[in-house]
Amino acid sequence: MDATAAVAAVTPSEAETVYELTGVSKTYERNAVVALQDVSVTLRSGSFSSVIGASGCGKSTLLKIMAGLIPPSRGRVVLQGKPVLGPRRDIGMMFQQATLFPWRTTIENIVLPIEIRDGRRAAQEAKARGRELLDLVGLSGFADAYPSQLSGGMAQRAAICRMLITEPAVLLLDEPFSAVDELTRDFMNMELQRICLARQATAFLVTHSIPEAVILSDTVYIMAPRPGRVAEVVPIDLPRPRTLDMITTPYFSDIVRHIRARLDEGAGS
Amino acid sequence: MSAVDQAPPAPKRPAPGQPIAGDTVWAERVAWIDRIPRWLGMSFVFALFIGVWWGLTATGLVSPIILPSPLETLEDLIFVTQNLATGGYMGPALWTTLKTIFYGYLLAILIGFSLGVLVGETAFGERAVMPYLVGLDAMPKVAFAPLFVAWLGFDIHSKVALATFIATFPIVVGTAAGLHAADENARMLFKTMGASRWQTLWKMKLPTGLPQIFTGLKIGAAGVMAGAITGEFLGGGRGFGELIRLAATQLNTPRVFSLIIYLSVIGILLYTFVTWLQARIVFWRKEQVLGGG
Repeated sequence: MDATAAVAAVTPSEAETVYELTGVSKTYERNAVVALQDVSVTLRSGSFSSVIGASGCGKSTLLKIMAGLIPPSRGRVVLQGKPVLGPRRDIGMMFQQATLFPWRTTIENIVLPIEIRDGRRAAQEAKARGRELLDLVGLSGFADAYPSQLSGGMAQRAAICRMLITEPAVLLLDEPFSAVDELTRDFMNMELQRICLARQATAFLVTHSIPEAVILSDTVYIMAPRPGRVAEVVPIDLPRPRTLDMITTPYFSDIVRHIRARLDEGAGS
Repeated sequence: MSAVDQAPPAPKRPAPGQPIAGDTVWAERVAWIDRIPRWLGMSFVFALFIGVWWGLTATGLVSPIILPSPLETLEDLIFVTQNLATGGYMGPALWTTLKTIFYGYLLAILIGFSLGVLVGETAFGERAVMPYLVGLDAMPKVAFAPLFVAWLGFDIHSKVALATFIATFPIVVGTAAGLHAADENARMLFKTMGASRWQTLWKMKLPTGLPQIFTGLKIGAAGVMAGAITGEFLGGGRGFGELIRLAATQLNTPRVFSLIIYLSVIGILLYTFVTWLQARIVFWRKEQVLGGG
């Protein structure tokens, strides 16, 4: 295999599709609210996509459907060629809160998904891999610390490890750093990019922050409310690895301005 | 880089905490009452209590039949202690009461925890069982004492039943509340991990709810004491409660007081034990109960 072929293989637009949602709609029976209408999302291997939109645009409904937590009313949800009919171990998820359990050490928290699925012995064996992940996120030496000894940013790093321990095919990130302070957040986003690049992860991020979506993503889905739908799919053509300096480039500001305008349209309607 | 090299050496400062000339160091005001050490404060309140008590009895303001002097009480306390230590008739009475408390608490924990899980974990329990428990809890439970005696006799069983009856409700409520304490994120996380209901309960909801469960256990500990003694007052038998009732009918108030002091010590020991257990088990959460540091 020559060099050009190797590069082409990791270019997101040509990589194979990992996760595909086609014409997904969701209507909540109890109040007849159309939370999602005809949403299609394609995640290619190794790509980073974000969804951004006002409150009530169906972001969290979309994420719950992608995580296999709730079924869609219509449409197809297919991960790695198999339909999603419930929670799956090839789906990793991360929330706004780190949600580490204070009675478990950091490493015990990280191997919890293994303990749930394969039992205590498998979890014990997975600890070695957990420690490697701690090295990856820069938390070496904190394996046996309790969550109360970790700062907010460190706790989220541990949550990243817990998400990665099952080696999921797709990472679903629900505003993962919105609870940490601004400075830590910028830094953590760059860390997230580094980790995703290192593992060639396929990631899907829900966020309220336009700059965050643009700096991290290859593709940004702009969603509009009532009914929740995809208003526009914006490709972000910035080289990897991205740096925080790119925020000051004219290209970046243009995209941010464009997305903001589209979001304002949605809010006005 | 060169700017760092050329920076003048930092002026020599004394050890941190020692101000030098020009520092604007000033003392924060702390009210004198907040500076009293704990042992001194407690001793003072104790002395004040004994002093007022002594004053009331020594001046004849209160009849010694109603309120014995501190000295009389101390003498009787020594007598009771000797009686207990030398294997006198009070020993078996104390043992009976301790057994009542032990069985009552054990039963209350078993029943209370099971009902708490039923109510806190299942929709059926919450919708169909909880309303009845709330109704039962609202009843004056002591009024059931004669009924328990009629059903279970004058022996220890009727006292255990009353003690259990009173102590169960706080444990049910504590357990049910504890199971609801887990936040939405934790529930969602367990769902995404594909956890079964059982795993979610044991690995997440119960550990999360332990502080509330222990609160229930502590309220239950006070309830079991009250239930055991009330049962012995109202249903006879051979426990400490019966000794108190007898002493009271004989107007032997020093005896009543020293027996009450003994019961208080048992109650405090039980409560302290549960608090100690909580500190050991719920190590991740420091609570300030019964004057923690």
